[in-house]
Amino acid sequence: MADQLINQVMWPLIYILCIVLPLVIAVAMFVYWERKVIGWMHVRMGPNKVGPGGVLQAFADVVKLLIKEVILPTKANRFLYFLAPLIGLVPALAAWAVIPFSGKMVLSNANAGILYLLAMTSMGVYGIIIAGWASNSRYALLGAMRSAAQVISYELAMGLCLVCVMVLAGSLNLSEIVNAQAGGKGLFDWFWLPLLPVFVIYFVSGVAETNRLPFDMAEGESEIVAGFHVEYSGSAFALFFLAEYANMILVSFLSAIFFLGGWLSPLQGWISADAPGWISWLGAGGFIWLFIKAFVMSFFFLWFRATFPRYRYDQIMRLGWKVFIPIAIAWVFVAGLLKYYDLVSIGVGA
Amino acid sequence: MNPQTLQIICFYAFSLVTVAAALSVITLKNTVHAVLALVLTFFSAACLWMLLDAEFLALALVVVYVGAVMVLFLFVVMMLDIDLEKMHEGFVKFLPVGVIVAIVMLVEMLGLIGVWAMHARDLGADPAAVAGMSNTAWLGQALYTKFLLPFEVAALVLTVGLVAAVALTLRERRGARYESASRQVRVDPRDRVRIVKMDAVRPTPAAADEGTAGESKP
Repeated sequence: MADQLINQVMWPLIYILCIVLPLVIAVAMFVYWERKVIGWMHVRMGPNKVGPGGVLQAFADVVKLLIKEVILPTKANRFLYFLAPLIGLVPALAAWAVIPFSGKMVLSNANAGILYLLAMTSMGVYGIIIAGWASNSRYALLGAMRSAAQVISYELAMGLCLVCVMVLAGSLNLSEIVNAQAGGKGLFDWFWLPLLPVFVIYFVSGVAETNRLPFDMAEGESEIVAGFHVEYSGSAFALFFLAEYANMILVSFLSAIFFLGGWLSPLQGWISADAPGWISWLGAGGFIWLFIKAFVMSFFFLWFRATFPRYRYDQIMRLGWKVFIPIAIAWVFVAGLLKYYDLVSIGVGA
Repeated sequence: MNPQTLQIICFYAFSLVTVAAALSVITLKNTVHAVLALVLTFFSAACLWMLLDAEFLALALVVVYVGAVMVLFLFVVMMLDIDLEKMHEGFVKFLPVGVIVAIVMLVEMLGLIGVWAMHARDLGADPAAVAGMSNTAWLGQALYTKFLLPFEVAALVLTVGLVAAVALTLRERRGARYESASRQVRVDPRDRVRIVKMDAVRPTPAAADEGTAGESKP
């Protein structure tokens, strides 16, 4: 009994903490990095007062948020108002369960990993909708409505992009998808090359799905103040913030896994395994490669934010329904032909 | 604790939540709460399917119903202005009808189970486990080989439904304003703004007094 308790309850809990705690730290550092990068792009300094180079700014902000009062608006729905941030956060954290960090480092090697991810990401929108409705505020409700319409539209495009990946890899398991991108041609064996338009669509849809600029109509500071979280303060607001940033990092990891070969090295097959020392290490895969790729992808989020003005509502809908979805549907057929005529080499994994 | 006992405990826990949530869908006074209870019903039904190793069905239920259909439903219900008291008046009035429908359904279900038991139909072992692959892979292969025709017919029926829904609700409105994206892109700045080159000359005081341009006056 005690044995089982340790094996079936305690170890999974420790593994979960091993993912969630670094994720929360990563979110804090990502917020700092975002403010720094956008500062540089605006030719200013960014945060530089708290800690060396301002690196503790994010933690100072967290402490500030935690000790602020959480205000309940009049006539707001008390139960749903406090439930909404949690409903938003739980799927954002739960989705990390199926992410393979390297060949062996994965919490749950589920067979239907992609379906699980789709299920989790599609549930995140409930937090936003419920927050918008329960706040008893017009701006919040408008933000929630916009967000619901946007997330549903872009989810379709994202799903179709994943269909292309599934067709090529022949599996719904994330580890097998990464292994299918192994081969002797280095980074040209990854799926970004045969699925280039789909890669672009997937990442842009991911930006839209996480309500980031230039798709942040749900917040839209200049039109509806702050959208769905306008009434939230203190730690409740911090939870929304955490969920949004955890989702951004998740989309970066997923793009790296689906299209950029996950933990595989970009030099795979070009460097023989018996080369001396660190040179052979460059050719071998490892979680460090996944982190580098995800870091680059997450940098695009910040770059987009500093570069593009916000889309109008009708422009977002048009881009999703009339541009992305048709291209993604067409590429499903292209991927099918590529697979049928064996034009893409599919690795079997190490 | 062996896995089977745990499975049974999970089954009863999930079914309890499912039934309780389904009951609260029809008894809760607030419509938004009722919709959220329906979401919970779907979710715990998906958990039940997951217990049966039907992972594809369970996740598809969450993706399609919880993730898309119910979001739109919630969207609509939030916009409705419903008089809750009036809605609740009908509850007692229509209760007998509801009870009769429920009893008929129960009898039908019991009959079905009875017929099933009489024929002693054995479902056999899980075909996916027999074939040695995951439930999702087996389902995919069965759908696209053995059941291809019914699958395609179902897809066709759904497409017809989609087209019909669009055809029923699409109507041309007069005077509706919209932006044509291709027209916006094709706009030439020269059609909108005229740039006039002028020499930087200082007009003589006499000419300024006569003033061809009256708006320069303060």
